[in-house]
Amino acid sequence: MVATSVEVMSASDVRRAITRIAHEIVERNNGVDKLVIVGLQRGGTWIADALASVISLIETSPSVPVGAIDVSMHRDDIAMRPIVVGAISSIPCDVSGSTVVLVDDVLFTGRTVRAAMEGINNYGRPRAVQLAVLVDRGHRELPIRPDYVGKNLPTQLSDEVIVSSDGVKVTSSNHQ
Amino acid sequence: MKHLRSIQELGPEGLERILKLTKHMAEINTRPVPKVPALRGRTVVSLFLEDSTRTRLSFETAARRLSADTLTFSVSTSSLNKGESLRDTVETISDMGVDAFVVRHKSAGVPWQMSAWTSASIVNAGDGAHQHPTQALVDCYTVREAFGRNRFDGLRLTIVGDIKHSRVARSNIEAFSMLGADITLVAPKTLLPHDIEHWPVTVNYRLDDVIEATDVLYMLRLQSERMSQGHVPTLREYGEQYGLTHARVKCLSPNSVVMHPGPMNRGVEMQIDPQDLTNSLIHRQVANGVAVRMAVLFDLLAGEQAPTQSSLASEVS
Repeated sequence: MVATSVEVMSASDVRRAITRIAHEIVERNNGVDKLVIVGLQRGGTWIADALASVISLIETSPSVPVGAIDVSMHRDDIAMRPIVVGAISSIPCDVSGSTVVLVDDVLFTGRTVRAAMEGINNYGRPRAVQLAVLVDRGHRELPIRPDYVGKNLPTQLSDEVIVSSDGVKVTSSNHQ
Repeated sequence: MKHLRSIQELGPEGLERILKLTKHMAEINTRPVPKVPALRGRTVVSLFLEDSTRTRLSFETAARRLSADTLTFSVSTSSLNKGESLRDTVETISDMGVDAFVVRHKSAGVPWQMSAWTSASIVNAGDGAHQHPTQALVDCYTVREAFGRNRFDGLRLTIVGDIKHSRVARSNIEAFSMLGADITLVAPKTLLPHDIEHWPVTVNYRLDDVIEATDVLYMLRLQSERMSQGHVPTLREYGEQYGLTHARVKCLSPNSVVMHPGPMNRGVEMQIDPQDLTNSLIHRQVANGVAVRMAVLFDLLAGEQAPTQSSLASEVS
C-alpha cells in the first residue's frame, strides 16, 4: 500500500478562493446587514476569520460579527469519534432574524453541517442559514448543498483531504 | 471510562479530561436553549438512599440538558420498604434497560458492590464518609475558574471542620493534591480520622493559626446525623473555635475565597450570613455542579461504542 499526496490548491489559490467567496457573500446578501459568520470548530474557524477580514475591506460598515460553533454535542455519530476538547462555541450576538453563514474547510458527508444547523438553532432562529466551504469533496449522506464553494474536488471515499492556509492536499492510499 | 466511583479511580488524566469537558458544558448552559442531543436515548437512574437536594437535582438537570431520560428512585415509596434488598432493587431497575446509576448510600463501598450487580455505569454521588467525586470535580473547576489557573501549585487550601465524617474532604484532598495544592486540615482531634498521618496534608488544631495564610478556605458541614458519640462538647463551642466568624473573615487575605459544599449549618460552622461575604464561591459551586455532572455523564455514556476502523474511515468530515 502506497500513500500519495497531491497538492490541489496552493496557498495563493486558497487566498483567492476566500476573496471570491467573500465577494459572493456580500453580493448574495445585498450587503452585510444582519450577517453573522460562524466557523465550525475547528477546521472552519480560521476561514471564517479570513472571510470576515476580506468582507470588512469590501463593505466597511456595519462590521460583521464572527463566531465559532463546536458541533460535537449535536453529532449523530457522537460515539464514533473522540470529542475535540478545548474547541468551545462562542456566538457573539443573538442570531434571531439574522443570516448565518456557516463556514467549514471540507464538505464531505454533510453530517457536521447538519449538526451545526441544529446547534445554531439553540442560539435563536436565524432568518436564513447559508453554507460556505473551501472544498466540496462529494460523498454526501444527507440532502445538504453548499451556497459558496472554493473548489469542487472529486475524491475517493478513502482519500484524506487536508486544508490549511498553506494549501489543500489530497492523500490517497493506492493498493498495489 | 466505565464508572466514576472515586477520584483515585479517575486519575490525573481523567480529572483533566472532565475539567476540560466541563468548559464545553458550561457554554451550553449559557445558551438560550441549554440542551443538546448528545445522550439521546440513554437512561440515567438516580438512586438516592440518603437525603440530598443539590446533588440529585444537579445530576437530573445535567442528564436532561444532554437529552438523556431520567428516572428518580424514591426510597419512601419503593419496595425497599417491603424488605427488598438493594441488590434485588438494582437488578430489577437494571433489567428495565438503564445506562447509568447515580447512587448515594450511607455505607462506604456500595458503588463498587453495585457494579457487580449491573452492567450499567455507576456514578458515586456519595458513599458514607468515603467518597464524593463529583463534588471534588465541582470544587476544582470552581477554583480554576476563580483563580484563572489550571494547576494549583503553591495554592493554599485549608479544609476546616468535620474531616472524619466527610466524603467531600476525602475526595477533595485527592483531587486538589493531584493538581498540586498545599492542603491544611483544621479540626479538633475528635473530628480527624485515625489514619491522618498517611494523607498528603498538614494538620492544625487552631483555625486562627492558618487563616491568614489561606487562599481557599473550605468550610465543611458539621454532620450531626453521623455523630454517634460526643465528638464536640457543644455546637456553640465548636462554632466559636472552628466556625467562620466576622472576626475571622477580617483575617482572610483579600485574594482568598470561601467555599462550602452545602448544606450549611448557619450559626455553627457559618457564624456569619454567607451573603455578607464578598469572596464567597458557594453560589459558583452550585452553578458549576450542573456543568460538571454533564461532563461526567457525557464521558461515561457518550463513548460507549469504541470507534472501529470502518466507522472512522467513512465519517471524516
